[in-house]
Amino acid sequence: MIHRLTFIAANTFREAVRDRVLYNLVAFALLLVGAALLVGKISIGLERIVLINLGLSAITVFGVVLSIFIGIGLVSKEIDKRTLYTVLARPVRRWEFLLGKYLGLTATLIVNTFFMCVGLFAALLSVTRSLSQTDLPILIAVYFILLEFLIITAVAILFSSFSTPIFSAVFSFAMFVVGSFSDDLRGFAGMSEGIQRQIAYALTYAVPNFAAMNVASQVAHGVRLPLALILHNTLYAIFYSGMALSAAVLIFERRNLK
Amino acid sequence: MTEARSVRSTAAILLLLCATGSIVSLRAIDRLRPQATLEEVLYLRSPKAVKRLFLGFTGLAASIYWTKTVQYFGSKHHEHAMRFDLLPPLLDLTTSLDPHLLVAYETGSIFLAQRPPEGAGKPDLAADFVERGIRNNPTDWRLYYQLGFIHYIERNDYAAAANAFDRGSTVPGAHPWLKIMAAMMAQRGGDLQTSRFLWTNIYESSEDRTIKENALVRLMALRVDEEVSSLEQLVAGFKMKTGKAPTSWQEIISAGMLRGLPLDPSRKPYVLNNGRVLLDDYRRFPFVRKGLPPGTASSEFIMPGALRPKDARAVQPKH
Repeated sequence: MIHRLTFIAANTFREAVRDRVLYNLVAFALLLVGAALLVGKISIGLERIVLINLGLSAITVFGVVLSIFIGIGLVSKEIDKRTLYTVLARPVRRWEFLLGKYLGLTATLIVNTFFMCVGLFAALLSVTRSLSQTDLPILIAVYFILLEFLIITAVAILFSSFSTPIFSAVFSFAMFVVGSFSDDLRGFAGMSEGIQRQIAYALTYAVPNFAAMNVASQVAHGVRLPLALILHNTLYAIFYSGMALSAAVLIFERRNLK
Repeated sequence: MTEARSVRSTAAILLLLCATGSIVSLRAIDRLRPQATLEEVLYLRSPKAVKRLFLGFTGLAASIYWTKTVQYFGSKHHEHAMRFDLLPPLLDLTTSLDPHLLVAYETGSIFLAQRPPEGAGKPDLAADFVERGIRNNPTDWRLYYQLGFIHYIERNDYAAAANAFDRGSTVPGAHPWLKIMAAMMAQRGGDLQTSRFLWTNIYESSEDRTIKENALVRLMALRVDEEVSSLEQLVAGFKMKTGKAPTSWQEIISAGMLRGLPLDPSRKPYVLNNGRVLLDDYRRFPFVRKGLPPGTASSEFIMPGALRPKDARAVQPKH
């Protein structure tokens, strides 16, 4: 089983790396990180803050775009090209196929994020001339961004397990937006009464919570993040991704592929 | 059990376990970030930047910012905070994004005007904020009403309040009480001439019997205020002329400065007490600001026993 999963994941990674769109996106992200240098110059005394905020935002946005656009194509492309039948004709189970694809894409995203992170630190080094301990929380912010990618990729695979690529992209992006505003949704729930309150609270648990993972502004100001937050965000990302993937497996297992 | 069923059962169990796990961990995250929704830093303060960020969906952006404003104020209020630093920029952003969001002007100005910890304690800013709302929504009389109340309650500027109510009363569809409020404010501010004009206008334009009668009571109170002022001037003139304060009206009449006993609208003579001019029974005269015993506040209500306009000497508006 592990062998099969690794094989599918490695293939997915290879396929994603070969995709030209991916290079374009990484180039754009690095360009944006570079642009942060210029924006930082325009502002007074905010170079470092602007650079970190803009850099982390660029990593998030482009990573999410990658997660969604590659994630939604993982299943549908295999069906369209009819390569899925070849894979499933071998001793590969459907859930192994899905999980392998997920792991492959996750690996791709980790590698991309690593390069973008290197770009960000290079830009930071050119602005501040040296890196210090206060820059370490940036790595935590990047780690949280990776956790977001884990969730959004799982969500994209869930939608692609039953919907068309376009709708999967729209749904996944909508989930990202709603998840980013989850604090506002919680605030709305707190102000509501009766059934509306219960529905709003239920929604806050149903949609992914990305607000707690967006710590760009805190790390830009050198705020130390509690260890408990890192732990709970990690657990949350694992559980939420697990939930989305389990639902995807349930749907994909029942899906008629003929 | 077939293999497919076994996979489905495992996936269903995992789904439930992961859902429970995500809820538990999310609750733990919430405990770590109790003020998560209410950060003290407002990064985007430029309405133009926010407009572009929301791709032109300014109505939606305004609604989101208004929700944030209410959340911010609510949480600060709950903490009994004495500072509401983000309130002005949040309101500015909200109304810049949607200049016609009346609720933001109406409620936001209350948030701004009230004294801490009930509000930000910035009545001048609140008045400016509503003025901006009026500029953007000149046909909405409620904003004038709101502005008048801010001037009246929070700024104690009766002339400005009268002006706001009066401007609002000219807006088509405005509530008739705006005229009344304008007149009341003018009266309170000591601008008797404007007040008389406005009350006369109310008396003549209203078809409501109660409003008409109330206008007459107000006119009666104005007349008392004017008469007491004139009599006080007379007493001061007598003192200047003779070098001593008069002890009775008779002395002034004998000096040829007054033709007869000065009567209040209930046809009872005004009382001269240690050089002060007082009403014989001030409780019969609601709304009067003069002729009251020292330390007595004016009654703002028509209490039982008050003099009715029909029992008073002529108070009908003169033309």
